[in-house]
Amino acid sequence: MKLYDIADLAVRNLRESIFRNSLTTIGISVGVASLVAMLSLGIGLQQLASRRLQKSGLFDTVVASSRRDLRNFRETREEGPAPAESPALDEAARKKIEELPGVVEAYPDIRFATDLRFEDKPHLTMVAGVPFSAKSNNDAFDGMQGSFFSSEAAAEVILQKSFAEELLGIKPKAGSDDTNIAELAKPLLGKELVMRYAERSAPPAAPSEAGSGELANGAAYSVVSRQQALKIVGVTDLDPDSMRGTARARVFLPLKLAQDLHVMQSGLRDTAPSDQPTYASLSVRVGNPNQVPAVEDAIKKMGFSAFSLVDATRSMRQFFAVLDGFLAIFGSLALAVASIGIVNTLVMAILERRREIGIMKALGASDADVRGLFFAEAGAMGLVGGAVGVSLGWAIGRLINFGTNIYLERQHFPPAQIWSVPLWLVLGAIAFSMVVSLLSGLYPAARAARLDPVQALRYE
Amino acid sequence: MELSDPNALAVRTESVCRHYRMGEASVRAVDGISIDIRAGEFVALLGASGSGKSSLLNLVAGLDRPTSGAVTVHGNNLATLSREQLAKYRLHTVGMVFQSFNLIPSMSLLENVELPLRFAEVDRRERSALAGTALERVGLSARLAHRPMELSGGEQQRASLARALINRPKLLLADEPTGNLDSRTGTEIMELIRSFNQSMGMTVLMVTHEQSLAEKYAGRMLHLADGRLVDDVANDNARKRSSAPDSQGEPQ
Repeated sequence: MKLYDIADLAVRNLRESIFRNSLTTIGISVGVASLVAMLSLGIGLQQLASRRLQKSGLFDTVVASSRRDLRNFRETREEGPAPAESPALDEAARKKIEELPGVVEAYPDIRFATDLRFEDKPHLTMVAGVPFSAKSNNDAFDGMQGSFFSSEAAAEVILQKSFAEELLGIKPKAGSDDTNIAELAKPLLGKELVMRYAERSAPPAAPSEAGSGELANGAAYSVVSRQQALKIVGVTDLDPDSMRGTARARVFLPLKLAQDLHVMQSGLRDTAPSDQPTYASLSVRVGNPNQVPAVEDAIKKMGFSAFSLVDATRSMRQFFAVLDGFLAIFGSLALAVASIGIVNTLVMAILERRREIGIMKALGASDADVRGLFFAEAGAMGLVGGAVGVSLGWAIGRLINFGTNIYLERQHFPPAQIWSVPLWLVLGAIAFSMVVSLLSGLYPAARAARLDPVQALRYE
Repeated sequence: MELSDPNALAVRTESVCRHYRMGEASVRAVDGISIDIRAGEFVALLGASGSGKSSLLNLVAGLDRPTSGAVTVHGNNLATLSREQLAKYRLHTVGMVFQSFNLIPSMSLLENVELPLRFAEVDRRERSALAGTALERVGLSARLAHRPMELSGGEQQRASLARALINRPKLLLADEPTGNLDSRTGTEIMELIRSFNQSMGMTVLMVTHEQSLAEKYAGRMLHLADGRLVDDVANDNARKRSSAPDSQGEPQ
């Protein structure tokens, strides 16, 4: 028989027992739906985690630092030129790094521990400069209270939640994370902080209150004590500086402002003899995490130290692969049950259509024709069940996503997309459903093909 | 119109046996029957119930395989054919008509008649035209879209006859074709079979337990009892009738 005729007869036969075949197909749909729903959540969570991590700067950032600061160490395992020969990490180097292929931006890391006064009470904390571009690419600022810096060098600050709590004298309960960020921000937004800092000024400025220093290469600088009023514009729940571990900052300034203030940084031991500013380290943001190793290598070749956390994503991917595997197994259980339904339906169909099979054989149908017919019926149920199942799974995923977002909104969290149905999942689920159905059809089809026509024709 | 060489051998069975096991006992449904049927003959297989008529017919149809002996149809020894080859043999060489019509209830008459053409991989448009013509020849051109349950027994058997002849087989095997019909409808069907036997030169092997029917239409009568051939009688009356100008001719 031609393929078209097999398909035509199969559809006709399925229509004849529409109720039973629909039930079987619904069984397959439920199986596929559970598989799709499970995997779509797994994939969605993976994408959410990837997005978060990507935005956190953990995986698309290379930190470049000068090897000069290492020259007093006797041993170093780093490859590349000896620390003394390492070039200075100055503005020219920053521009050169920024021109490397794949690099989006390279900005200096400015961070310093300083004293901030709020309502005349001193609070010592780590302060960091934040580039203006973080407004859009660091989701720590997405869901914050208040607003991002109004301009590149605005005298404004964004506080991390824990520092805000410190300012208000709130002690967070151990193990709980239920402080309402909105209520926390209300008394602080618009208020003023006074930052006291040590300015490193170029020679020959006369030191006023502080002393002066001389560097190994003979360049001198002086340190001046200054203060700067800063307006609190935002309070963020998340930790924008999570990459820094214990040295993480809790107060954030616009990077441009931080640069203009020439704050004396503890880590910076050297300065170039020129007017060019020299940086302790640079954060190099790369467009695609895949390019991180190449950029890291290029920076090392330029004579600087470079490190990134891109390898950590490998273990994350591994974790999600295992999670997806488990979810797929649980999702497939329902499909396995559905496949038994297909076997049952087709075996019943053979019993019911025994005489019909006998007639077909008497009229000249070959074993292959009969086998093909039952096989096509199983495949058609798999195809329809797969397509309906994918739609159902998609709808379930959406529903779970919707419900989760309602919950997140009530908890004052930003909405999140925890569900994703990529095209490969749609096509893969339908193909998988068809394969399972065809495998289930193997036994009934072989049984139908083997039927003895004389016995089948006698069957009433 | 094809007319077979009257001297050619259509069917030969040589000491053919078909034994079944029923528990401990062995049933000899066909027990060493040897017959020769020439092309174009109209042969009736007569006998009481359980005499082995249908079993012998199934062996000739290639639906069953003999326990021993050989069945040769138009030079093909059926015992040596594979399952696939037997299916092809049933498709192209044999047409079958059954007592209970055996039309597929879920299909219209046209689709039922088309079915062997589907197995023969005939193009959709061509098979539709062929099936339409076949149904027209048995007087059912107005019933193409009807399902079997909507038709009388006689109409169903005519459709079944159209289906059996759609692939222009050399051998028509009829198992009690009038068994479920009243006598007037039965006569109509028998006249149709005879007309096809004459006009197409098709060999007919018909199982019946009605002596009168056999005497009226079959040129030869084979009597079976307990799986054995007990009598092989030429029926000159029927032969004369079939050689005389046909009273009805090819219908419609």
